[in-house]
Amino acid sequence: MSSLSVTVWRGGSDGRFQDYSVPRRDAQTVLDVVTYIQRRLDPTLAYRFACRVGMCGSCAMTVNGKPRWTCRTHVAEVASGDRIEIAPLAHLPIVRDLVTDMRTFFDKWARAKGQFTPTASRREGFERVEPESRPRRAVDAAIECIGCGVCYAACDVVEWKPDYLGPAALNRAWTLVNDVRDGARTERLAAVAGDAGCHACHTLGACTERCPKHLSPTASIAGLKRETAIAMLRGRL
Amino acid sequence: MSDWRNRGHSAYWAFLVHRVSGLVLALFLPLHFLALAQALRAASALDAFLAWTRSPWVVASEIALVFALAVHLTGGLRLLFVELVVWESATQKTLIAVAGGIAAFCAVAFALNVI
Amino acid sequence: MTSRGEVRLWLLQRASAAVLAICVAVHLVTIIVAMRQGLTAAAILGRTHGSIGWAGFYGIFVLAVAVHAPIGVRAIAQEWLACRGRATDAVFVLFGIVLLALGGLAVAAVIR
Repeated sequence: MSSLSVTVWRGGSDGRFQDYSVPRRDAQTVLDVVTYIQRRLDPTLAYRFACRVGMCGSCAMTVNGKPRWTCRTHVAEVASGDRIEIAPLAHLPIVRDLVTDMRTFFDKWARAKGQFTPTASRREGFERVEPESRPRRAVDAAIECIGCGVCYAACDVVEWKPDYLGPAALNRAWTLVNDVRDGARTERLAAVAGDAGCHACHTLGACTERCPKHLSPTASIAGLKRETAIAMLRGRL
Repeated sequence: MSDWRNRGHSAYWAFLVHRVSGLVLALFLPLHFLALAQALRAASALDAFLAWTRSPWVVASEIALVFALAVHLTGGLRLLFVELVVWESATQKTLIAVAGGIAAFCAVAFALNVI
Repeated sequence: MTSRGEVRLWLLQRASAAVLAICVAVHLVTIIVAMRQGLTAAAILGRTHGSIGWAGFYGIFVLAVAVHAPIGVRAIAQEWLACRGRATDAVFVLFGIVLLALGGLAVAAVIR
């Protein structure tokens, strides 16, 4: 049976990589590898996971330089000659080892007004939203985001501009801009149009390239650029 | 700009080429304007300057500049398309390839006429 | 910069880009044709001197460049040099003015 040479980040931002040797198995995922290390080799290893089946996004880490869901990353797919490197997600403060502090990520979600603002009460009937209408289709294309942080970790603008709201927050804002029931359109467009907003996106495309749900924040952000421009030209920004 | 393993995709190269070509052009333009202003003195002043530009490394830079201009143009048109029309991943790669191709063609056309 | 300010910059950048797309295409073709015909400086200047058409064309070209280039380089300064704020913005306004002045000089030289 062959072995895998795994190098794992240990400690905080001033930590270092540590090497482990893990037995290879068929259909082994990177999460399996991390779990093996923590259970058999080093119980002090800190890492996050929950569902193990690609639904929750908790296990996102940097594998050989790329942010991925470790439960859905087969070792056979990414190991370059029996070696893999596992680090925490980029652009987020490291709590310890492979665990990052996700607060900035979600704070930016709030700053982008990524929450629904209702306009109706229980006394009004349901809003009729045509499924084939343009706004609803735009929402459908972007709504499946589960906030895993992979796009945020992949984006270079997040690295270069610490205030940048980031692909996930802007993508969520886009779904709400297209939600005909929402009542905070003006505030939301103002929130995403600042210095740290949609105009900082240079279509590097790393977010779209790496999103495990195959969403395209790049397209959503392009939509926000159009909508903010139209709003301003109409005096509504 | 530390870890390049996450940067290999085509949209990233398109961005980088667009940014670097833009920067090169922005730095070159004042020089270009100053050179043309030589003609304020006389056509002979411009001729003298143009004679200097026959030297090999200047010719090479000119070809590079024409490529920079062409690629910044084609890349920019792609961006206008991306931002104003709907984005589709497969189309993006084609657009990037086409933009690069047209720019290369312009540079070659220029090179063939200047060497 | 405010939200409206950023949107304005974005619109200016895209509008000037659209103008430049045409100007640059014409300019590239013109250079390549001039090179093919082996035109000398005197010959080129002979065609541009006193020409309202070329004056108009290059005047618009210079204006569009003076808007487009500073906005573009400003993004680079913000992201790669971490230079942000009013002072940085002022530097780029200055850069735009310099381009306008030098470009105006070049157009005057070639059209006169």
